[in-house]
Amino acid sequence: MPLSVTESLALRSSEDVVRMRQWVRARAVGIGFSLVDQTKIVTAASELGRNILEHGGGEGHVYLDLPTHNSKIGIQLTFEDKGPGIADIEQALKDGFTTGGGLGLGLGGARRLVNQFEIASRPGEGTRITITRWKGP
Amino acid sequence: MERIPILKMGGFLLITIQVDMHDRLAMTLQNDVTDMIVKTRARGVMIDISMLDMVDSFIGRMLGSIASMSRILDAETVVVGMQPAVAITLVELGLSLTGVRTALNVDKGMELLRSSIERKEANGAFVRD
Ligand SMILES: Nc1ncnc2c1ncn2[C@@H]1O[C@H](COP(=O)(O)OP(=O)(O)OP(=O)(O)O)[C@@H](O)[C@H]1O
Ligand SMILES: [Mg+2]
Repeated sequence: MPLSVTESLALRSSEDVVRMRQWVRARAVGIGFSLVDQTKIVTAASELGRNILEHGGGEGHVYLDLPTHNSKIGIQLTFEDKGPGIADIEQALKDGFTTGGGLGLGLGGARRLVNQFEIASRPGEGTRITITRWKGP
Repeated sequence: MERIPILKMGGFLLITIQVDMHDRLAMTLQNDVTDMIVKTRARGVMIDISMLDMVDSFIGRMLGSIASMSRILDAETVVVGMQPAVAITLVELGLSLTGVRTALNVDKGMELLRSSIERKEANGAFVRD
């Protein structure tokens, strides 16, 4: 079985978010994701990447893994920043909640677009969000 | 500066988004469309997104603001050619694109623009009587 290698990308600008979308798309295509599955993981990634720029102190990193589980392959992305963190995670996940001028759809929407969603955040320390989407069906 | 071209066709503006837009590019497009509506007195705006393989909340919000700003300037906006995978993803994301008219392709979009402008003109004539 091939060893999974973690890749990473720094996020500092909205051009980096575009680069990240293309990178995630390429990996999703590479492991045979359907077009809909590709689009879902890329869209979730775009939301979380932009959140780092807008709310997470303006810079951070994305890590990409291709884990396997019960002979299924998937894409796992981890978004990390050392920004202000999220005081009330429940509230932040609610559709429509925003502290910026957004629609407040990014976090909740990203959670709906993937199979697993984990979030760890501490005020003043930063935020780490890990999402996984398995190759369907 | 990098820009998305806006074509003028008859009384309409036609925008074909062919690149994966970063956020500033999307903001520039929004401003450019508004300027062009004013400059050309266009009555309709058609945005072809058939080449976009992803629409996230930011791009969705931009489409919504173009639609509402053009409405204020008395122009109709229609978004055409959304890929099925993009539409499915948008629904799950929770973005409803309220206020944004959509059509399957450029031809249908053109029909929609023409008929809604004719309707507006008919109503306008009635009000003026
Ligand atoms: N990385 C982060 N660091 C700190 N706060 C965050 C982070 N990501 C999200 N948040 C907080 O969670 C809120 C909700 O995020 P969400 O992405 O759902 O909405 P939004 O970014 O405000 O708007 P939208 O994504 O619809 O444009 C944000 O307004 C912000 O307060
Ligand atoms: Mg967001």
